[in-house]
Amino acid sequence: MTLIFRCLAVLAIAFTPAVSHAAPNGPMTIAAAADLHEAMDQVVASYRRDHPATTINVVYGSSGVLTTQIEQGAPLDLFFSADSEYPRQLIAHGDAGGQPLPYAVGHMVLWSASLDMHGVRLMDLVQPRFGRIAIANPEHAPYGKRAEQALRRAGVWDAVAPRLVYGENIAQTAEFASTGNAQVGIIALSLALRPQMKGGYAPVPDSAFDPLVQSFVLTKRGADNDVARDFARYVQTSPARAILAHYGFSPPTGEP
Amino acid sequence: MAGLSSEDVEAFGLTLRLAATVTLLLLVIGAPLAWWLARTRSGLKPLIAAVVALPLVLPPTVLGFYLLLLLGPHGAVGQLMSRLGLSLLPFTFGGLVVGSVLYSLPFVVQPLQNAFEAIGEGPLEAAACLRAGPIDCFWSIAIPVALPGVVTAAVLGFAHTVGEFGVVLMIGGNIPGQTRVLSMRIYDHVEAGEYAQAHILSICLLAFSFVALLAMTLLRPRLRANG
Repeated sequence: MTLIFRCLAVLAIAFTPAVSHAAPNGPMTIAAAADLHEAMDQVVASYRRDHPATTINVVYGSSGVLTTQIEQGAPLDLFFSADSEYPRQLIAHGDAGGQPLPYAVGHMVLWSASLDMHGVRLMDLVQPRFGRIAIANPEHAPYGKRAEQALRRAGVWDAVAPRLVYGENIAQTAEFASTGNAQVGIIALSLALRPQMKGGYAPVPDSAFDPLVQSFVLTKRGADNDVARDFARYVQTSPARAILAHYGFSPPTGEP
Repeated sequence: MAGLSSEDVEAFGLTLRLAATVTLLLLVIGAPLAWWLARTRSGLKPLIAAVVALPLVLPPTVLGFYLLLLLGPHGAVGQLMSRLGLSLLPFTFGGLVVGSVLYSLPFVVQPLQNAFEAIGEGPLEAAACLRAGPIDCFWSIAIPVALPGVVTAAVLGFAHTVGEFGVVLMIGGNIPGQTRVLSMRIYDHVEAGEYAQAHILSICLLAFSFVALLAMTLLRPRLRANG
């Protein structure tokens, strides 16, 4: 019996996370919306060139999924959403450690690996030749919400709904399209501009949906992390803005 | 707020239809395969047994990823299917059936194989002396004697398919009525912050799994006594 307790005690010690409060170069974890795949990696790499001693991890997911995880106490310090509503929700629920700030405006495109997308408009998607159309899940992905909105405003939602497939986040949506399993994907411009995306796209006019003003916010846990706060400052500098612009993001305008 | 929406009910029906189809197919495919594995002295046996067991250790995402590539328009199976004039499998009910059959295969084959091996040589040799052919032996000796194993295999195959998530996430596309099964629906509810709906569906699954396993343990000795 005592042996069992001793074993349990050893296990308990082994699995107790080392308590570290605001270590100056301590590990920092960023939760980034899936449209930031690659772009955020580049921003982090650029930041680390000036701060080589820092450890920064990035986890990607749909903004809704990441918000739920943060609300449930996931060890995430800084949250880059694909919209401004989810950061606001974190504030409202008392899970944020600061005010949200817009860092970019996202754009949407109609992307295809196999079809000539030149001049294709949303309303053209009713044509059967466009086959299956992938969008992100509107329930928890901002790009999915905007895609649904744009299709509704174009008056083609009901017509294309039976041909829609739903990606878990915008990156999976892009993957459905890039593997050709969906002929068309309504995806983030930032993902379409990655070199591995071999295909063509037509922009969806920004007027077709509510602007994708993307905001970031420190989590309650991240407010104590020096690296998180410093990185939040860095994202607003011109080198970081230049990287985001390279991936098709516009600079933020106005309030979130 | 609480209560099942029509979409939830649809996901329920779809999940049951998927699990029933997959279980039936798995018994048809799994029984001869398990019989062969139980009886063969072929050098191929370890190889085939390992392939059948692969889904036990493989992350479902790996299986889903390769299925997506293989069944897609650029994959070997996908190209063969479009040449035959058939529609592609990803994002369809048929695609989920194929994925689930592969994913749940060991859960059906292994109990069947154990049951067939437990029969031993005696009854089959006796039957052979009475001039029963191998097919006759299979139907009139192996299946009735191994019936508890068949029930275990069917329950495990069914329950495992109901609980599937990773493969569905990769090749499903979350289409209402087609591929939006219960596990996907629960995931969506949780991620949308709709915990009440997620609870209802989750409790249903929990109760179902418990009842299925309970029925299996209660049923097995009775079947053995009759056998």
